[in-house]
Amino acid sequence: MLKLSNVESYYGNIRALKGIDIEISEGEIITLIGANGAGKTTTLMSICGVVPPRHGEILFMGRPIHEMSPDRIVALGISQVPEGRRIFPFLTVTENLDMGAFLRKDKDGIKKDIEYIYELFPILAERRNQAGGTLSGGEQQMLAISRALMARPKLLLMDEPSLGLAPLVIRRIFGIIEKINTENRTTIFLVEQNANLALKVAHRGYVMENGRVILSDAAQNLLSNEQVKKAYLGV
Amino acid sequence: MDWEYFFELLLGGLTRGSIYALIALGYTMVYGIIELINFAHGEIYMIGAFTALIAANVLTMLGMNELAVLVLASVVAILYSAAYGFTVEKIAYKPLRQAPRLSPLISAIGMSIFLQNYVLLAQTSDFLPFPSLIPELEFMEPIAHIISSAEVIIILTTAVVMILLTLLIKYTRIGKAMRATAQDRSMAMLVGVNVNRVISTTFVIGSALAAVGGVLIASHIGMINFYIGFIAGIKAFTAAVLGGIGSIPGAVLGGMVLGWTESFATGYVSSDYEDVFAFALLVIILIFRPAGILGRSTTQKV
Repeated sequence: MLKLSNVESYYGNIRALKGIDIEISEGEIITLIGANGAGKTTTLMSICGVVPPRHGEILFMGRPIHEMSPDRIVALGISQVPEGRRIFPFLTVTENLDMGAFLRKDKDGIKKDIEYIYELFPILAERRNQAGGTLSGGEQQMLAISRALMARPKLLLMDEPSLGLAPLVIRRIFGIIEKINTENRTTIFLVEQNANLALKVAHRGYVMENGRVILSDAAQNLLSNEQVKKAYLGV
Repeated sequence: MDWEYFFELLLGGLTRGSIYALIALGYTMVYGIIELINFAHGEIYMIGAFTALIAANVLTMLGMNELAVLVLASVVAILYSAAYGFTVEKIAYKPLRQAPRLSPLISAIGMSIFLQNYVLLAQTSDFLPFPSLIPELEFMEPIAHIISSAEVIIILTTAVVMILLTLLIKYTRIGKAMRATAQDRSMAMLVGVNVNRVISTTFVIGSALAAVGGVLIASHIGMINFYIGFIAGIKAFTAAVLGGIGSIPGAVLGGMVLGWTESFATGYVSSDYEDVFAFALLVIILIFRPAGILGRSTTQKV
């Protein structure tokens, strides 16, 4: 479904991605783990076209997308839950969800999906007219995921959804991630620093270091891999 | 206290404030979206006034009546100014989108100087008479010594324009996209907003509003030259900062506060002190509210 070949991206003159290859098939949960500054977020931003790659190729459902503008890539069915949630702080909860469906034209469908999300997260329904910036971290994360789902994506990119949240909330968020994958058949590309957690929900994983993919395997195998254990699982 | 004089100043201030507000909206909207002080904005207002002057003269020669001339000249001025705003953004700011923040600012100053001199060469440096396009309303006769028909039209037009703008920003798709882009540009891209189109739209709307201001005030005061954009621009920019740059209601409030300050300072002290009071007020307000009256602090929960 998504294929990155030899992708190189730069921030100014800094080569943040040094030629990476990643492949994701439909229906999978794939995780990308690695330390701070390894290039995980840059990988997602390159897929979305916000930081377009200078070299290499990105194919989505067989179409090259590495030269497209972000709005066209979203239109093809790739949504992102970005790092730090990035809720529009002065838009209400409902308006934030509306923005998620920005490219959709089916008004009734949008309305139905919003109702569905309010059923899924009653706390968001309660706060529907509140500004997004006033929500707690966990609520914002739920809103960020919901906003991405409003686009009815084929591929959902998630960047550090566990960042700064309480363990109980994290467990809830990961439950939702699995549910989105099994119920909606949405393919998920999950970037995480919390490798232990990510490898438990994912089917396969990639390990990144210093702008390169150094390891890729089934999630099970990565969990028992000595190198991964030492560097990322803290055991 | 002379209440009639007081009301005259109050309404005079409201008129001035309306014009400042119309121009200030362009500054504040552009700043809200791309954090740029568009110094060429005052010139767009001046170009609006000149376009209206040319259109009005042509239409009058063709023998049209006063009201038709006013409406048509305004439409031409709005379209022409909007085209200018659009083009200025494409030429002077868009190529510098990724550049350090000072570069587009310098580019804006350059654009402002260029447009002033272009009009200076194309027209003259003299003040040109501007026809009084706004008709005298008969039912206004009894209170004409307090407020003129032109002032009423200016205040009403501004009010209507403000309401339309508010509805646009609050309820339409492009309005929501504008707010989202202002709050988080790259996130707006990630939900599929074409940010370049939003920025262009912002420039077009801001320029159209400035053109409305240009036609109204030129018709009220009765003369224009190439330099009017600079003065009005500085004042409107002050109004935008006063109200809180980036805030749309702030620009309106800032315009009104500035208009009233100038009007009362002129009326009760001396017109020589008009600017002294206006800028003293700016300093005082910024000491106590650095983000402006309605400006919001940038802190938010993460």
